[in-house]
Amino acid sequence: MPKMNLSHFEASLLFALFTSIVLGIITKRTDRERFRYAAYCFGCFLAAIFGLSWLMYLGHG
Amino acid sequence: MADTQNEALPPVSKWAPVVALAWIVPGGGHFLLKRPGRGALLAASVAAMFLLGLMMRGALFSPQTGDILTTVIYVGGFIGNFMSGIFYFLAVWLGYSQADVAGHVHDYGTKFLVAAGLLNILAMVDAFEIATGKKE
Repeated sequence: MPKMNLSHFEASLLFALFTSIVLGIITKRTDRERFRYAAYCFGCFLAAIFGLSWLMYLGHG
Repeated sequence: MADTQNEALPPVSKWAPVVALAWIVPGGGHFLLKRPGRGALLAASVAAMFLLGLMMRGALFSPQTGDILTTVIYVGGFIGNFMSGIFYFLAVWLGYSQADVAGHVHDYGTKFLVAAGLLNILAMVDAFEIATGKKE
């Protein structure tokens, strides 16, 4: 099996993508709601990734 | 009190096979319940998460007990790995063995392998709710 080297950002993005898909599927009742909720979760993950990254960068000095 | 608490659970024979299949084959419970679209997306998500974990050379947990932190991490991690179903069994049967080494890629891989199982638990709960009529 090939070895994969991902950066922190790439790994976080992939994690966010697949987790958002599953959360969208299991929590809502119509396809439209599922898609919107998955997109919302993905957006929240992205906001957390960028927000916490900047926080760590600025906090590090 | 909500009325839902008083509702009787349907017979085990109605939902147990669905939940068991959902564990062994991620997304399989939804296929059995004739929800192929959702089943395919769940299967693809869990499979992708597990395969990425393997390709990043994540470590599989084996249960260990000791102090509370060791127990939570190793038993919890093992349960997370184990709940990936056929992917976990195939990885073990085919001899996948990766030591827990330092490095962010390995570390992400370990987390991806556990997260695949946790996502499959969510899929199993969803299949259970569909099988028992709590959800469409």
